Amino acid sequence: MTGDTKSILLVGVGGQGIIRASDILSVALMHAGYDVKKSEVHGMAQRGGCVSSHVRYGQKVYSPLAKEGGVDILLSFEKLETLRYLHYLGDGGTIIINDAEILPPAVNLGEQNYPSGIYERIEAMFSDVISIDAYTVARHEGNIRMANTVMLGVLASRLDISDSVWETVFTESFHGKIAEQNLQAFRHARNA
Amino acid sequence: MKAFLSGNEAIARGAYECGVTFAAAYPGTPSTEITENFAQYDGVYAEWAPNEKVALEVCIGAALAGTRAMAVMKHVGVNVAADPLFTVSYTGIEGGLVIVTADDPSMHSSQNEQDNRNYARFAKVPMLEPGDSQEGKDFIKHAFEISVRFDTPVFLRSVTRLSHSKSVVSLKEPVGAGGSPGIRHNRDKYVMVPAMARLRRREVEKRMSALREFAESFPENRIEMNDPSVGIIAAGVAYNYAKDVYPDYSFLKLGMVNPLPEQLIRRFAADVETLYIVEELDPFIEDQVRAMGITVTGKDIFPAMNEFNPGIVENALAEGKGSSQGLVIESGIPPRPPNLCPGCPHRGLFYAAGKLGCFVTGDIGCYTLSFMKPLQGIDSCICMGASVGMAHGMSKALGDDGKGKVIGVIGDSTFIHSGITPLLNAAYNRSNAVTVICDNRTTAMTGMQEHPGTGRTLQGEETVRLDFVRLAGALGVEHVRVVDPLNIQETKTVLKEELANEGPSLVVASSPCALLKMKESERESYYYTVDPTACTGCKICIGLGCPAISWRSFEGDGAPADQEKRSKKQKGVAVIDALLCTGCSLCEQVCTFDAITEVRRNDG
Repeated sequence: MTGDTKSILLVGVGGQGIIRASDILSVALMHAGYDVKKSEVHGMAQRGGCVSSHVRYGQKVYSPLAKEGGVDILLSFEKLETLRYLHYLGDGGTIIINDAEILPPAVNLGEQNYPSGIYERIEAMFSDVISIDAYTVARHEGNIRMANTVMLGVLASRLDISDSVWETVFTESFHGKIAEQNLQAFRHARNA
Repeated sequence: MKAFLSGNEAIARGAYECGVTFAAAYPGTPSTEITENFAQYDGVYAEWAPNEKVALEVCIGAALAGTRAMAVMKHVGVNVAADPLFTVSYTGIEGGLVIVTADDPSMHSSQNEQDNRNYARFAKVPMLEPGDSQEGKDFIKHAFEISVRFDTPVFLRSVTRLSHSKSVVSLKEPVGAGGSPGIRHNRDKYVMVPAMARLRRREVEKRMSALREFAESFPENRIEMNDPSVGIIAAGVAYNYAKDVYPDYSFLKLGMVNPLPEQLIRRFAADVETLYIVEELDPFIEDQVRAMGITVTGKDIFPAMNEFNPGIVENALAEGKGSSQGLVIESGIPPRPPNLCPGCPHRGLFYAAGKLGCFVTGDIGCYTLSFMKPLQGIDSCICMGASVGMAHGMSKALGDDGKGKVIGVIGDSTFIHSGITPLLNAAYNRSNAVTVICDNRTTAMTGMQEHPGTGRTLQGEETVRLDFVRLAGALGVEHVRVVDPLNIQETKTVLKEELANEGPSLVVASSPCALLKMKESERESYYYTVDPTACTGCKICIGLGCPAISWRSFEGDGAPADQEKRSKKQKGVAVIDALLCTGCSLCEQVCTFDAITEVRRNDG
């Protein structure tokens, strides 16, 4: 990978607000002075499929996709999706997991079990693992739909982007009161 | 000013900035948002056409009237538009004509991954290939300049990874409408009867020759000399992958992939020790470079299928040096394929049709997703419109054995795209197949676009609405029925009756898309829940494949607490997720134990 380019991979299930979160993250990085590229595949996302969004930033970014084993931070919105994308994370990488389970069709049909021991499997390979119940936190903040904002807040605690940049981006991304509410949830999660 | 735009948004912006005022398209992933975004600019005209052939013909007309016109489609759409394409290549244009083809390597949302660079050579049309959003914006401008200067249609090729990636773009002020609209008669140029087509054929060769010369000095074909031990020829997104992992090697970056700049390639090849070509899909550049007599490494180490990523490029090039790395990939993770949404009306149709033991020819759209377990609703899917013709062909071939056994299902937008002609054929040739239009009143799969059956234009304005029933009557289909697919019993009865009929039948299964209802805030005021004291664990509701219904085994992790078994054999119960349930009632209809009941929502 070119020198200073960093990669963040956001993963989860369609409907969790991942694409919105990666948009906000990317624009914040752009305002913070980085070249930014991001990539995901649309189209199937609304229909319960898995979603992954690559965000890459640095002085000059070429590829919008990170390579397997080249991701610095894995931001996972759903537990088993973490496993699906774990091979993207590089040595010494950070994992932030929303402690939530969304059952895939084969589990709904009773054909397969939801994998057990997910945290044990992850922690055997990586030491920097943060788990947060983003749905509960978001509900406390006033709306369960802000879970993606809460996840961004936790991520932001690991990034060097000024609060004023985040404020600008949240104000641009949401209307009036919703912007305030999201910014507050974001700040609480970041400073927790 | 800087903006963070997707490739599709950037192409739309670039078209607007350089004075394009006209666009026509049929929605298709990954191209759809180009037209949607373009339509929002001031002073432009944009429309959804019923299919890509019509879209291109509309744009040819607009270009002949002197405007700058852009026809937008996904890769397979060019197959539909190929007929006018090959001859507009002969006539040339007046105002400016660009065809945007959005290819889909890896088939993220397509039935094949054809490499449309081949169309550029085949139809003798120049093609540009941008690699990120900034280039998307810049290259659409170049494409129109080339179109006007060389009197030719021009291809702009995107791929999913460009269309749906975002990157930083500098915006510029629009230059104002390009071209000079007016009627100009020029029959020698535009009436392609054989005698005149033969004359234009020569012009095509002259034009391509001039373009080959132009390609040598086109600034977007550029050499980036660095470490001369390895030289890489690449275009589009593949260039960015290679540049990302091997920034120190030398590059020949091609902005124009047809025609190729032969002298530039020869010069680059002579200046580097080992030459590689990094390109997704076909060896399109490679074959031509080999034909120049140049030694090159390409598809012997790079995959000829699926999209690339930096890792694939890195490993392929490193393989010889033994430095490619192994990764531990977790196995046994339950997949999460896209599924029909909770409340989807297609679910009712396929549940009913699935009980009839028919061969169901399918088509392209959300309903294609019914092929999965447990519905397994369709038995074939080839291309837009194929279901209707295939059902008829199968029915004819089977004769009496096929009576009552063949159904063709097609979405409303897909039917309008290319199902009308085969339905006419089925009527004309007295088919026994039953055609079903899954009319969910939108182009759902690509994200809710309008079409002639919705009665609204791209801009959402009211217009004439196509009436499927009257249309079928006019085509000569005698038996036409309308059913609500969310009523399983009614749907099953009507399908049975029509299968028993002699001659062609059309069933319009009409109910709005669940996402459309949500968008228009028409959510039902109730949801359904399972009464655990009545549920016998028979799993009949699980057979609907609804994402809101799950099976909870008494033994698993998620076992419901204090659950009482109603029989010794019972192994679990069904559970409905109230947040996901839309209240469509299909599960309540199939439950034979009255265990599923309605609950009023408190949140309005």
